[in-house]
Amino acid sequence: MSAEGHDHAIDHEHEHHHKDTFITKYIFSIDHKMIAKQYLITGIIMGIIGVGMSMLFRMQLAWPEESFKIFNILLGDKFAPNGVMANDIYLALVTIHGTIMVFFVLTAALSGTFSNLLIPLQIGARDMASGFMNMVSYWLFFVSSIVMISSLFVEAGPASSGWTIYPPLSALPQAIPGSGMGMTLWLVSMALFIASSLMGSLNYVVTVINLRTKGMTMTRLPLTIWAFFVTAIIGIVSFPVLLSAALLLIFDRSFGTSFFLSDIYIAGEVLHYQGGSPVLFEHLFWFLGHPEVYIVLLPALGITSEVIATNSRKPIFGYRAMIMSILAIAFLSTIVWGHHMFISGMNPFLGSVFTFTTLLIAIPSAVKAFNYITTLWKGNLQLNPAMLFSIGLVSTFITGGLTGIILGDSTLDINVHDTYFVVAHFHLVMGISALYGMFAGIYHWFPRMFGRMLNKNLGYVHFWVTAICAYGVFFPMHFIGLAGLPRRYYTNTNFPLFDDLQNVNVLITTFALIGGAFQLIFLYNFFSSIFYGKKSVMNPWKSNTLEWTAPVEHIHGNWPGEIPEVHRWPYDYSNPNHEEDFVPQNVPMKPGEQALHH
Amino acid sequence: MTSLLVIIVLVLLAIALWQLTKIFDLTQVGSTSDNTEIATDKDNNIQGYLMFGFLAFIYIFTIYGLIKWGPLVLHTPASAHGGQVDNLMNITWILIFIVQAITQVLVHYFAFKYRGKEGQKALFFADNNKLEAVWSIIPAVVLAGLILYGLYAWTNIMFVDEDEDTVVIELYAQQFNWKARYSGEDNVLGKANVRYIEGVNTVGIDLADSYSQDDIVVTELHIPKGKKILFKMRSQDVLHSAYMPHFRAQMNCVPGMVTQFAFEPIYTTAEYRELPFMVEKVANINALRAKKSEALVAKGEPALDPYTFDYLLLCNKICGASHYNMQMKIIVDTPEDYQAWLKDKATVVNEVKASLAAPAATGDAKSIDSSSAKKDDVAVMAAK
Repeated sequence: MSAEGHDHAIDHEHEHHHKDTFITKYIFSIDHKMIAKQYLITGIIMGIIGVGMSMLFRMQLAWPEESFKIFNILLGDKFAPNGVMANDIYLALVTIHGTIMVFFVLTAALSGTFSNLLIPLQIGARDMASGFMNMVSYWLFFVSSIVMISSLFVEAGPASSGWTIYPPLSALPQAIPGSGMGMTLWLVSMALFIASSLMGSLNYVVTVINLRTKGMTMTRLPLTIWAFFVTAIIGIVSFPVLLSAALLLIFDRSFGTSFFLSDIYIAGEVLHYQGGSPVLFEHLFWFLGHPEVYIVLLPALGITSEVIATNSRKPIFGYRAMIMSILAIAFLSTIVWGHHMFISGMNPFLGSVFTFTTLLIAIPSAVKAFNYITTLWKGNLQLNPAMLFSIGLVSTFITGGLTGIILGDSTLDINVHDTYFVVAHFHLVMGISALYGMFAGIYHWFPRMFGRMLNKNLGYVHFWVTAICAYGVFFPMHFIGLAGLPRRYYTNTNFPLFDDLQNVNVLITTFALIGGAFQLIFLYNFFSSIFYGKKSVMNPWKSNTLEWTAPVEHIHGNWPGEIPEVHRWPYDYSNPNHEEDFVPQNVPMKPGEQALHH
Repeated sequence: MTSLLVIIVLVLLAIALWQLTKIFDLTQVGSTSDNTEIATDKDNNIQGYLMFGFLAFIYIFTIYGLIKWGPLVLHTPASAHGGQVDNLMNITWILIFIVQAITQVLVHYFAFKYRGKEGQKALFFADNNKLEAVWSIIPAVVLAGLILYGLYAWTNIMFVDEDEDTVVIELYAQQFNWKARYSGEDNVLGKANVRYIEGVNTVGIDLADSYSQDDIVVTELHIPKGKKILFKMRSQDVLHSAYMPHFRAQMNCVPGMVTQFAFEPIYTTAEYRELPFMVEKVANINALRAKKSEALVAKGEPALDPYTFDYLLLCNKICGASHYNMQMKIIVDTPEDYQAWLKDKATVVNEVKASLAAPAATGDAKSIDSSSAKKDDVAVMAAK
């Protein structure tokens, strides 16, 4: 393997001869580090749109049917006449907010950025297994983002049947205007997205299996890589099922088939559909939809593992248990989808089965949470912004995860299903947690991406305001859910029963607006530091993993000479046999030193 | 007004923090080291204390929430099985609060306690199988208990004994309203399909079916206290969800299939209104509404009506633009009142007959092939 590495180095010398043009370097790049940056920046732009939408509908919920100039400016005369938000655009906003945040930000941007950046650098490879496929993957994601954004501008408005696009609502333009052209573009965008995601995932899996440097056994991989690797496998298993659901839905919409539709009377006429079932769609959707939660969450947990270990100056506690729990979560995540469907009309016996498998998932999750806590114990914590976001993740992961015990229990789900309780739960456990993971990753690996440091004080402000606002938004939301308030209501003013929840809604929106506004600090920090940040040293966090042995300036092939060889596991922090409190993976074992993992 | 104050305070706080970062930056002008963006001992110290402060924030916010918003959540269940649901819910909440209280303390206290200092070395502690076993087995045992109780309750609630004495009522969903079909004397709903929808037969009853003859369709749901009601649910267009929060009942209405849910109401509407928590809740809501009315009247708009409690059936599955206003009043009567209410309701068959007898305008709908056949059926029935 070392000889092979040397060959690569020679190839790499060759590459210097043909010059990179602007287009091959910044646009159609096949270099994994550039592709990672492209994913990140596209994701940030999508994130601004997705979060911005949530600000708009939160304002509508707090001050229903009041006139805001900003609505009129952003939504236009058709959807916000006189600045009052219309009810169909409200549904469109929640739909596109969900779609963008779940798929475009927390799936594509999170995995796309950090899998691309870290897999080759941390396993000691010169690039992805297929650089070209990697490039195609990014550009498909880019086109899919463009299609999704363009759907906002069609005449009848974008898809508005919820991000879960349950038919018949999503199939019939008679049922809701957004199910016309808007829905078509949504489906096209998602088909492209899935193709992109599959290409990325295949590449990650192949790269991790085949391109590890000499000495990098599977049990010496950093937990980031384990998380990305398993995430990619879950994606490969489950995304095609969503694609098939989308295709069948396209058939129902455009070619008159009846996969999901039956016995429908709408707008004064009986439609021809017969024999299909919307419940089938729900099964197909959630067969992806639930693993999707872990596609979002596992990379964030992987990043957190790395950041917590490095900044605690301690080995991650229970490395093997962590790997086992990632694998257990991955396996269980594919057999719990039915907990989204307890009251869908499927046989209640299935509900029993899914309750059982769902609550099992709490066990590996508990193992992970306690291992993080034990890693903090008696550490020498370097409270960098990345570390704060990682600790924040552990906190929200626990708070949000615990209410999963209620939602995963079919009996309790009956009354909280589709209420704001669910919204609070999944935003904390997957939305906020995964965003924290992403922020932790950005703060930690920014020097590795751009060769410069992010301003830490802005990072601290960013974290603390975000942390307070995240709890400020989602903690009270549990209560209005338990009061029985359904989600996806444009306003609650038609229910005097819910009048006493209005003050809570105002408080939630206030926190949301502040939290949203403070993300501007992050954006400022991010974009100004790319150009004006302090220059980074090679290994600013004194980390053990291989990416910090590569030069600060990006070069094709990552290392100028040979690829470093790996001699130890990645978590030799504060090892009593060594002077320094970190021992990089490429440092050979001392004579007589016992390997902890091999 | 309070929210405005909160905004102002937070904005000022933000400005203060912003200025602080500037000062930090200025103090570091002289240093040439590239490590200025890495946490120093001072940073660790400040952030460690903030972590501890955040723990206090979580605790205070939780307690504040429980006191302030706790009374808002659904109270006494109005159905027989609801007690079981709430019981399991309470047990689960106790567990959640214990785990939450302990783990959040550990996370944030450790972040504070073990904040880094130059020259200090962390404990090299990489593995401990006993500890791993402890925090795998304890959750497993606790969850096993929850799963067993949950499955027991779920089975009780969801599986309705065929021989049980129930009142069968159909909930019929369409964009954007609810209807209820009573099965009448025979307690069996007649066959139905959207293809039979015509004129006043709005829920698509097969008028030829002998079980259909005594079916009644209404837009306000009345149910008798103390009897188990078996709801059969249908939808004519998109997915809806019949959500009756006070009864701890919910089931989706799926076009193309019939779903079901059964419960026994244990408080009449009048009784439920008199429960102390409800009296308080309604008084609170009316106080809020009175305040809102004042503002409305000042603007020259009509004041809001005072609120009296009624059970509601809400749509809880996104179903279109007016999803937010798809509701039906539920009234739980004493069995006698219920019978009295039901007695003088016209059957659908009679309504159809009446509409046919009226000006022929409704009769000439020929859009559906079977319409003439159906009219024959009606004629036959009329002959009976």
